[in-house]
Formats: sequence, structure tokens, C-alpha cells
Amino acid sequence: MNRLVMIGVAAAALSLSQAASADGIKIGITISQTGPGASLGIPQAKTVPLLPKEIAGQSVEYIVLDDGSDATKAVANARKLVTDEKVDALVGGSVTPASIALVEVAAETKTPFISLAGSSAVISPMDDKKKWAFKSPQNDALMAAAIADHMAKKGAKSVGFIGFADAYGDGWLNVITPMLGAKGIKLVATEKYARADTSVTGQVLKILAAKPDVVLIAGAGTPAALPAKTLRERGYTGLVYQTHGAGNNDFLRVGGKDVEDTIMPVGPVLVAAQLPGSNASKTRAMEYVTAYEAANGKDSVSTFGAHIFDADIMLQNAIPVALKSGKPGTPEFRQALRDALEGLKEVVYSHGVTTMTPTDHVGQDARSRVMVTVKDGHWKLLQE
Amino acid sequence: MDLSIFLILVQDGITSGAIYALLALSLVLVFTVTRVIFIPQGEFVAYGTLTMATLEMGEVPTTAYLVVALGVLAGIAGMLTERRVITTRRLALILAETVLLPLLILAATALLAPRKLGLPVEMLLALAIVTPMGPYVYRIAFRPLADAPTLVLLIAAVGVHLALTGLGLVFFGAEGSRTTSFSDLSMTLGPVLVSGQSLWVIGASAALVVGLFLVFDFSLIGKALRATAVNRLGARLVGIEPALSGRIAFGIAAFIGALSGLLIGPLTTVYYDSGFLIGLKGFVAAIIAGLVSYPGAALAALLIGVVESLASFEASAFKEVIVFMVIIPVLLWRSLLHAGIEEEE
Repeated sequence: MNRLVMIGVAAAALSLSQAASADGIKIGITISQTGPGASLGIPQAKTVPLLPKEIAGQSVEYIVLDDGSDATKAVANARKLVTDEKVDALVGGSVTPASIALVEVAAETKTPFISLAGSSAVISPMDDKKKWAFKSPQNDALMAAAIADHMAKKGAKSVGFIGFADAYGDGWLNVITPMLGAKGIKLVATEKYARADTSVTGQVLKILAAKPDVVLIAGAGTPAALPAKTLRERGYTGLVYQTHGAGNNDFLRVGGKDVEDTIMPVGPVLVAAQLPGSNASKTRAMEYVTAYEAANGKDSVSTFGAHIFDADIMLQNAIPVALKSGKPGTPEFRQALRDALEGLKEVVYSHGVTTMTPTDHVGQDARSRVMVTVKDGHWKLLQE
Repeated sequence: MDLSIFLILVQDGITSGAIYALLALSLVLVFTVTRVIFIPQGEFVAYGTLTMATLEMGEVPTTAYLVVALGVLAGIAGMLTERRVITTRRLALILAETVLLPLLILAATALLAPRKLGLPVEMLLALAIVTPMGPYVYRIAFRPLADAPTLVLLIAAVGVHLALTGLGLVFFGAEGSRTTSFSDLSMTLGPVLVSGQSLWVIGASAALVVGLFLVFDFSLIGKALRATAVNRLGARLVGIEPALSGRIAFGIAAFIGALSGLLIGPLTTVYYDSGFLIGLKGFVAAIIAGLVSYPGAALAALLIGVVESLASFEASAFKEVIVFMVIIPVLLWRSLLHAGIEEEE
């Protein structure tokens, strides 16, 4: 099934690029359909066929390329998209290193760029290059603040940390350490493990020796389940927190009963059906989940695919404004599109609401995250 | 670190070490018989676990179709290599091995998989699906290069590794799987909690090591493999076909890989690309043993497992660095010991 869809996407992209018309809008997408970021890139690729083919009366063409989670390849893809296909906007970089590399290309070619990566380093601190870059996924800091708040509310005094020995784990550790400090929570153990590790017994024993009140696991996708399993095996009974990187259904499948009662912040899409009617992004989130599951089967949705859906909603709101200043395919249009993206106000998408400013190119607030737990092998929304 | 933590870590290390030992043994076997440094060994581990996980869900794994495709390719490659010496009998043998066998495996899988006949049947199926890939890969990628220098064979191995990893992503997706444990048994020995699964891992590894020893010392095939390893030309002169030895070595390697996959599946989550790192640690052990000594490789693998486990406790951020750095003093020691011996090519 996966293969069919991917072949379909490739074929669709190919046929579209051949039937290119002179006046339509072109969006160039480079994402990680293979490599370590594939669990992000594959749902994103499957989301592309769900995006509208027409915006503000203009036909829209999406050209998808795979960057294999590699920054160099992402840059090559982006240059190809900009010079050969003359795209009006770039979307992509499923992983942070690729996104950071794409900022250079976007600035150099003056093409608006929407990143799909988690790290805030893509858009801050704002400078002349990053003013061409925008971002749809939540910043780590937004999610980390939610975890720190929850720990403080539960009265935790000490926390043990185990995270990926890569940019993801390090990023989380850097972001959350000062927040924990501000709440008077002590970080008593920081351990690292690798995505492909077959055992984390050593790290877990060290954490247990420090006797933390709660444990935070900073891993993405199914590898985040391994420390949780080992903690349970070794008799740890305290609260376990995960990061939003673990927010997909494969994590539940692999984790099984070992991840029961885990607490984590996620984007609203993950629990779209459980959101109260008052939640701003409920409609958009449900729209995405329904469309995605209709195409790919029940429970197939992940929050990662929704980031490209949201990037497209940002474009849908910015394009009508930009069209007043120039025709698609011209530098004037790209400049106007960038300005229009920066001027987005209270735009509701599936992961919350965004209001851009010249210094904030993600524009989210607390509406872009919810706290969830795992009950009986399913996600359950926690009331805050 | 107190004694109880030390014991837990050592037990954990021996469990991983037992898997590395299996992989190290098959790397040594493949290298001595065919001179191929078999980097794709780890892929068979991942294929083993993920095929098993798919079977457990009652579905026909895509690897069952891959076996048929590889078989057909291997058949074509086989006929091309033997085109000058082909006889009806040889042709029939090649067809039976490369077309009939995988079709039978596919039919058996399609028939048995949806019925969920339980762990033993599914394990046998998973082994039956993955094992033939070894000889097929040999026929396709390495047999035509049999006389090439070691470096060329190494590059071919890298190519096979990349191809198998890519196929793994397409077949199984980017997320990992875990399989059901063989037994829920767990017992406490002093401060150490020993799980049934880790006993299975250690027991199966030990049994396989003994089995390999018996095969090599007492069976005709084992002796033929050893003869090829010692001297390919000499082996040919006494009527041993090096290509057959190569296929058998690759078959054993794939079998051991798949079995390792079945053994670690319940212990950890396995991804389409997990095999590489596991295989690499087996490779470190094989290197420590100079790529020739079986007992040496097995002992080195246990050492790697324990070092890894202790390192993950003491300095988790540097765990892999420490494990792979073990290789440097060994290489230094070896090159000082055997100064001046050049590769023949």
C-alpha cells in the first residue's frame, strides 16, 4: 500500500511537471522519504496529494523530491527546484539539518521557504537570511515549557533525562534545562542513547541510582519506547514523560503496555477527535485526519504529515495577498509572497493558530499544543 | 557502581555479546570461504525480525516476494556464469534452486501466514524466507566477481548492503517492530533479574557455535568449506567446487543472521536499518579475531557486548566511540606482530 501511494505521488509529480503551464503557481517540496527522517517524510509525502490543486483561482503544482534526510541532497533539490522548475515557494526539510541548509538557498534565490522541522534554530535569531524562512511545526521550547509546567504541577523535585545522542536529544536538553531550573526542579541524571541501540539497561540503571521523581525521554518515533520498557522492567514506578517526537501510532504499537500512562505534549492533530468544540484548530485537524485516513487507512495518521498540510494553509492565506503585487513565476511575486506570509494574522491550521511578526516566523502560542497520556493503548487528551 | 549493578550490566552485555558472536562467526565464515567482507550481514538480522513481525500480524511479508524475485535474478545470473558448461542436469538443478524453491516458500507463506499457527511455525517460515537470500545474493553479486581482489568484493558488499537497506525501507516502512517473547519466564539470581529471552539468546548462540564446530569438523560439507578457506585452488584440484562452497557459506550466514533477528526481536525494537550497526559490532569482533579464528571471534564478541554495556552506564554519550575504539589497539598490536606481511594481490 505504502509503495503504491509513493509511486502514485512520484507519478503524479512527474506528470504534473511535464504538463507545466506557464501561469500556475509552483511549490517545490523536498522531504525525507528515505533515511533516518523517513518516519517524518513518508507521511508528509502522502499528504501532498490531499492538498488543494487550486488557490485563489490559480492552478497549483506541487513538485516533490526526496532528500534522503541529507542536508547536501536537500540543497541540491532546492537549487534544482528553483532554477529548473522556477518554483514560487519552497517547502520542506523534514529534519532540522536539512532545513537549516535550505535557509541559505531560500535567501540566496529570494524564494519564500516554509520549514517542516522542529528546531527553532531554523527561524531564530532572525537575520537577513532567515527572513525568507518560516516554519509550521511547533518550536521545541513551546513543548518543553508544557512539560516543565506539568512536572511542577505534579510536585516533582527531581528529573532524570535520557535522550538521543544527536541533535534531537541535545536540543531538548538545552531547551528544557533552564526551564526546569526556573521551576526549582533538579536535573539529577542526563543519559544518552542511540536510535539503533539494542539495550539501554546501563543508562536506565544510572538514572534509577539517582532516584528521580520523574523521567523525561527525549527520543523520536518508536525508538523512544525502549527506555520506557527498560524503566518498567527495572521496577521504576514514577511518571514518565515523552517529547512530541514520539507522537505517532507506531510508538503505541511498539511500546504496548510499557508506555501506558506516559505523559507528553503533542500537536492537536494527534487527538483531533477528542478535542473540545471550543478548540480553535478542531475543524482543521479533523479535516486533515479524515482526508488522510480516507486515503491511507484507519489510524494511519501522524502529526508529522500535518505540518505540510499546515504549511499549505499558510500559503493558501498568503497567495491571494501576494497575487495583487505580481504574477506567479516572477521575483515580485516571490517577494510579495514572503511579505504576505510575514503578515499572516490568526490563521487557524491543524496544529493551532499562527500570527507571524517580523521577528517571529512560527507565530504559535499555547493553542498549538495539548497534553496527552496513553490509556489502554490509545492516546487520551489530558484536561489542563 | 556496586557489585549488583556490575552483574546486571555484565549479564546485559553477554546477551548482546551472544548476538554479536553469531554475526562475527558468520562474517569469519564468509570471509574465509569467499574473501568477501560481508557488510550486508546485518540486513538479514533486520529482515529476520521484521519478517517475523509481519507474520505475527497474520500477513504475507513482502520479503516472501523478494525471495522469488532474487531467485529469478540468481537463476539468470547462474545460467550466464555457467553458459559454457551448462548441461540439462545442471540447468534443472539451477531452476530447482532458484525458481521452484522460492515459489514453494511463497506458497507455504501465503497458505500458513493468515492462519497464525503460533511462534514455532512462524519462526520456521521467517527462517525459510530469509535464508535462501544468502545464496541468491552470492549468485547475483559475488559469484561473477569470485576472482576479483578483496577490495572489489568489499565494494560489491557495500552495494548489496545499500540495496537491501533501501528495499527494507520500502517493505517495512521507517518505523520499527518488536516481536513476541519466546517465554515470559524471568528469575532472580541474587541481584540479577534474568529474563527467559536472554537465556534463549545465550542458549541458542551456544548451541549454534557447537553446531558449527561439529559441522566443520565432522561433515563432508564442513570439511569442503574449510578446504576452500585454506586454499581455493587446492580445493578445486581435489574436486571441491568453490562456487558451491560460497553459496553454502552465504546460506549459513543468512540463516545465522535471520536467527539472530528472531532472537533479538523480542528484546528490542528493530528497524529496517538496525542491522548495520549490529553487524558492525560483530565485524569489530571478527576483526579482533583477525577474520580467521572462530573461538577468537566469539570471545571478542562477548567482550564487545560487555564493554558496550559498561560504557552505556559510565559514559552513555560516548558509548559507540568506546566500542569502536577497541579496534584500534587491536589493529596496532596485530600490525606490530605481523609486520611486513603484504596482501598477495
